[in-house]
Amino acid sequence: MKLKSKMKLKAIVNIGAVTLVAGLIVGCSDSSNSPSAPEMNDYEITLINLSSNQPLSPMAVIIHEASYSGWAIGTASTAGLEHLAEGGDNSTFLVEARTANAPGVESGEGVIIPGGSELVDVSVHRGSDLKLTVASMLVNTNDAFTGGTGIDLSSLSIGDELKVRLPIYDAGTEVNNELVGTIPGPADGGEGFNSDRDDVNVVSRHPGVVSNVDGYTDSVLEQSHRFDSPIAQLVVRRVN
Amino acid sequence: MKTKSILTLSALPFLFASNFASAQTVDVEVTNLTQGIFFTPLLVSAHDSSNHLFEAGQSATAELQAMAEGGDISGLVTATTALGAVNSENPAGGLLAPSSSAQVSDLDTGSNTHLSIVAMLLPTNDGFVGLDSWEIPEEAGTYTLFINGYDAGTEANDEVVNGGGAPGSLGIPANPGGNGGTGASGVTTTETNQTIHIHRGNVGDTDATGGVSDVDSRIHRWLNPVAKIVVTVK
Repeated sequence: MKLKSKMKLKAIVNIGAVTLVAGLIVGCSDSSNSPSAPEMNDYEITLINLSSNQPLSPMAVIIHEASYSGWAIGTASTAGLEHLAEGGDNSTFLVEARTANAPGVESGEGVIIPGGSELVDVSVHRGSDLKLTVASMLVNTNDAFTGGTGIDLSSLSIGDELKVRLPIYDAGTEVNNELVGTIPGPADGGEGFNSDRDDVNVVSRHPGVVSNVDGYTDSVLEQSHRFDSPIAQLVVRRVN
Repeated sequence: MKTKSILTLSALPFLFASNFASAQTVDVEVTNLTQGIFFTPLLVSAHDSSNHLFEAGQSATAELQAMAEGGDISGLVTATTALGAVNSENPAGGLLAPSSSAQVSDLDTGSNTHLSIVAMLLPTNDGFVGLDSWEIPEEAGTYTLFINGYDAGTEANDEVVNGGGAPGSLGIPANPGGNGGTGASGVTTTETNQTIHIHRGNVGDTDATGGVSDVDSRIHRWLNPVAKIVVTVK
């Protein structure tokens, strides 16, 4: 008999059908700061890969204000998002966020395998309108990514936890042909970023992959690379 | 992940002694939203905040595996009962057919504060529908949740209907609709992600007497969410 036990359950938010359940753990007042030290908000950002066989590229983690957005449905991907979604390289995406004066910009250290997770710490000066953007490529695809942008952090008190189930987006910058040589992940080992934009050139939800078990014999993907939404769970914990 | 603290059972009684909530009475309606997938007998469990029937990203327990591979909820019933859970076992009185509902009426949760629901998806190898430890609101009202199809990660999704429902026995125990094929060679023999994850969906094929799958790709696929849960707190 081994039911899993966990002590801290706080908030659950599902994108789409929203359920919000909040409980509070009240933190102690912080008396160690000197009067002149800026007050910081500290967050632990955890991404859990819930896919069958889609490793997730090193995650981009950005804490920002309402003026920034990582992407929008119906709008063309930035060059940074194109790099992230086609090749798994988040560096340009993070530079774009810094250029937009996002106060918290971090990268995960490595690929998150199916069933695996990574925690990234982010600290920003205390603000009233903090939001979160997270993005990561499904590496066994042409240009699919998961994440969320503009996730509101303002209602999180110290000790609170927010859980968000993440959908799959299509960057719209590379056609989903699933052909040999076009997919950077271990399913293929093909090309990542290519500056050509030969698809619809706007961000949308992803239609899913076809794979070679569904009549598309030219696809380099197989049954395990198929997916349904959500693809990952994001856990945001405010620790200070 | 370091946000979790896994406790041994022996430590549990000391940890929630101070966490009493007033008893609640709830109705729970479970609707199978799919077009062609059956749910095996449901387990609706009210338990305390520190327990889970399953957690996405974690390995399945033996009890969860028995439910997900063969529809057997008895192990989960025994385990949760030992922890003080209040359960409704098999409220549908057997299989819950596609696009139909089951009702749990007047479940007295006692001191339990959280709700979990599981049932196997048929025809799948180890797919299940799940609600993981949802905090029951204290305020009376009607609350609606939409929940997803998971893969227990314990069995390869070969999609061969051969009666194999016992843990470790490869294959799908049954196709209740009788609307699939036979003689399949098997979609795969490996399970890439061996933790609980979102099910990739059935692959299926359209070959009634062979092919890779005994599941029909025109009938037995689904997209999340697979179930709607309506909880009425009285």
